[in-house]
Amino acid sequence: MSKKILLEHINVPGINTLAVYREKGGYASVEKALKTMAPDAIVEEVKKSGLRGRGGAGFPTGMKWSFLAKPEGVARYLVCNADESEPGTFKDRYLMEKIPHLLIEGMITSSFALGANSSYIYVRGEYFYIIKILEKAIADAYEAGWLGKNILGTGYDLDLYVQAGAGAYICGEETALLESLEGKRGNPRIKPPFPAIAGLYGCPTVVNNVETIAAVVPIVNNGGDWYAGIGIGKSTGTKLISASGHINKPGVYEIEMGITVEDFIYSEEYCGGIKNGKKLKAVVAGGSSVPILPAEMILTTASGEKRLMSYESLADGGFATGTMLGSGGFIVMDETTSIVQNLHTFARFYHHESCGQCSPCREGTGWMEKILHKILDGHGTIQDVDLLWEIQRKIEGNTICPLGDAAAWPVASAIRHFRHEFEEYVKNPAVIKEVKHYHNMHNLATA
Amino acid sequence: MAKVTIDGQTIEVADGTTILQAARMIGPEVAPPTMCYYSKLKTSGGYCRTCLVEVSKGSEKDPRPMPKLVASCRTTIMDGMEVKNVTSEKVIDARKGVVEFLLLNHPLDCPICDQAGECQLQDLGYEHGSAKTRTDFERRTFDKINIGNKIQLHMTRCILCYRCVKVAEQITDGRVHGVMNRGDASEISTYIEQAIENDFSGNVIDVCPVGALTDKTFRFKSRVWFTKPVDAHRDCDKCCGKVVIWYKGEDVLRVTGRKDQWGEVEEFICNTCRFDKKSTSDWTIEAPTAISHQSVISANHYEKMVRPKELTLNNIKPIALTEGDNK
Repeated sequence: MSKKILLEHINVPGINTLAVYREKGGYASVEKALKTMAPDAIVEEVKKSGLRGRGGAGFPTGMKWSFLAKPEGVARYLVCNADESEPGTFKDRYLMEKIPHLLIEGMITSSFALGANSSYIYVRGEYFYIIKILEKAIADAYEAGWLGKNILGTGYDLDLYVQAGAGAYICGEETALLESLEGKRGNPRIKPPFPAIAGLYGCPTVVNNVETIAAVVPIVNNGGDWYAGIGIGKSTGTKLISASGHINKPGVYEIEMGITVEDFIYSEEYCGGIKNGKKLKAVVAGGSSVPILPAEMILTTASGEKRLMSYESLADGGFATGTMLGSGGFIVMDETTSIVQNLHTFARFYHHESCGQCSPCREGTGWMEKILHKILDGHGTIQDVDLLWEIQRKIEGNTICPLGDAAAWPVASAIRHFRHEFEEYVKNPAVIKEVKHYHNMHNLATA
Repeated sequence: MAKVTIDGQTIEVADGTTILQAARMIGPEVAPPTMCYYSKLKTSGGYCRTCLVEVSKGSEKDPRPMPKLVASCRTTIMDGMEVKNVTSEKVIDARKGVVEFLLLNHPLDCPICDQAGECQLQDLGYEHGSAKTRTDFERRTFDKINIGNKIQLHMTRCILCYRCVKVAEQITDGRVHGVMNRGDASEISTYIEQAIENDFSGNVIDVCPVGALTDKTFRFKSRVWFTKPVDAHRDCDKCCGKVVIWYKGEDVLRVTGRKDQWGEVEEFICNTCRFDKKSTSDWTIEAPTAISHQSVISANHYEKMVRPKELTLNNIKPIALTEGDNK
C-alpha cells in the first residue's frame, strides 16, 4: 500500500497556489512552530523522527541540525539544496513544480528551528521554469505575511531567496554549492571546517535537500514519534523515488520505507513491471553514482532475504552485494541493455562534471571514459578492463569531495558484476557491435 | 600542545599544527611530498593529493582510525594521533596512483623542460611513480602564452596545483588570472589573454612546481646544473631584497627568491629584483647558496649514489698489449 505524506495533495487542482494550499492545511507547521514551540524543541522532534537526509548521503537530519554552531552575534543560514542533477534523479523537480508551498513552508519552519533569518533555495539552473514557480510562490507568501518581518506577530523575521545555479553537477555538493552561492567558482571546499561551523559567508550553515526540508512539515505537524513509526528500522518515513528505464510506468513515487524492491518494480501501484515483458537485468537503485546490481542481487540481499527499499537493506553486504538508496533515482535495465554502453554514458557524465581541483578525479574520470570509449569502439583489450578496475580503485576515497567516489563506484560495480560483458566486447567486438547490443538497441528505439 | 606519532616517531606540537607541519618538524624521512601545498600561501594544499596519509589512530579520546586517507597538509593533529606515511601500504599505493594521474597529461620531456633539475614532479615521479605509463592516449597540448613580457605560460606542463592562483590572490594586486573550464579541460589562464603586470607577478614562476610558468629572461639560456647559485641582497623599497642570483661564468642568468629545504621561497621578491637587476654590481654578494648534496645542482655529489658493479674499472681485464701477455 502506498503511503502518501509529501504527495498527499499532489493531485488537488490548484495546489500550487497559496489559497488552495492553505485550504488543505498548508502552513499549519509554521503556526505551530512559531507560536507554540521553542526552536530546540523542533530540533528534538526532527531527531526523534529519525529523518535522514534525502539528498543521497542519508545523514540523520536532526543530528546535522544539532551540530550547528551558535556563536553570539553571528548570522546562521539554512540553504536548500535544489541542485538536483544526478542522472536518474528527478524527484525534487516534481515536488517543487507541483506543490512549491510545501518547500517554502518547510523552509520557514526549519529556518525558525535553526535561528536563521535569511535562507536560500539554490536551484539547478536548468530548472528555469521551476525557479519562476518558486519565485511566484515566495512572493505570495511574502504578501500573506508568511515571510518577511515579524511573521505571525511572533517577532521572527525571515527572508527567503531563490538562487539559480549555472548548470554544474558539482554544485550539488554542499560546499561547492556554498561557493557558488557566494558568487565564486563552484569548487568543493576542503573539509573541515564543515558548513555547520563555517558555511555561507563563513557563518554556521545547514544545507538540506528539498525533500528533507519538505518532510519537516509533517514531522512538526504530527510529531517526531509519528514519523518514526512509519518505515522500517533506521529508515523512517517515506521516500520519493524517481523511477525510470525499462519499466511500464516511469515516474515519481512516494513509498513507505521498507516495501520490497520486487513490489516496487513489479506491482501496478508503482513501476508496473518490465516493459514489453522482458527480463530484469540490473538496477541502479539510487541515482547514477551508486553501484549497479544485477537482478538477483537487487531482489535478494546477501543474507538471502527479500531486499527492501531502505537504507540498510539496499546496502546489505556492502559493495560486494549491496548498493545504496542514494537520492532515490531508480534506473531499471532489462535484458537487452548493454552494461558497457551504459557505463560509458555515466563515465562521460562524470568526466564532464569533474571540477578539476584534485588530481585523481580530474585525470581519472577522463581516463576511464577514454578507455570505455576505446572498448566500445572495438579496440579494447582485457588489460583495459583490468586497468579500469585499477583506476577506479585509485580514485575512490582519495578525492576532495564525493564526486570521485560517484565516478568510481559505477565502474567498480559494473566490472564486479558484469565482467563477462566487458570480456565479450574486447574478445569479439565486431559481433557485439553488429549483432547483439546494437541490434537490440535498434529494436528498442523502434519499438 | 598535542602529541602525534608519525611513522613511529613522536613529536609534541602546538594545537592547530597540521600533520604535514608536524612531519616536517620531525624531518624529511617522514614528511609527505607536496605538489600544491606552499607554506607561505594561505589555503594552499589539498588539491594534488600527494600528501595523503593514513591516520591509524584518531586521538587519545577517539582512537578510531580515520576511514579514508587524509590530506596531511589540511588535517590538524589531535592529541595522541598516530599517522602512517611511508609505513602504510595504502599510502604508498594511493601515492603511486596520484603520481600516475599527475603524469597522465604531463609531458615527460624533462630533457628539454626548463624546470629540469628543479622539478618537484620529477622527484615525486622518481620516488613514488613507476617507470612505465599505462596510458596510450594522447596527452593534452596547448600553445604557449606570453602573460606579460617576462613570464611565459605553457599549460601543457601545468598540473593545476593552484599555487600561482594563490599568489595572484594573496600577494599581487588586481588578479587577472585563474582557472578556467572544468575537469581535465581546466586551464590556468588570464582573462582573455591579458598580461599579468604587477610588482610581484614573477613569484608565480617561483611557486610553480613544474615547468609551466617560466622566466622569459632566463628561459632556455642554460641548464640549472650549469649555473652557480649565490645568496645576495640589495636595498629594495618593494620587497626584502634577499635573493639567489644564478651565475654562468660572469653573467647573472636569473634571480629567484631564496628557497628552504622544502623548495618553498623564504620571502617573495619583487619584479624589479627578479627581472631588472642582472648585474653583479646591483647586488651585495653574501655567500654561495647552500645546496643539498642530493640536489642535481650539486652534480657528482650524490650522497647515496652507488656505482653499478659491472662498470667498475678494476673488474675489467686489461687488453694484451704484447704477444705472450695474454695467458
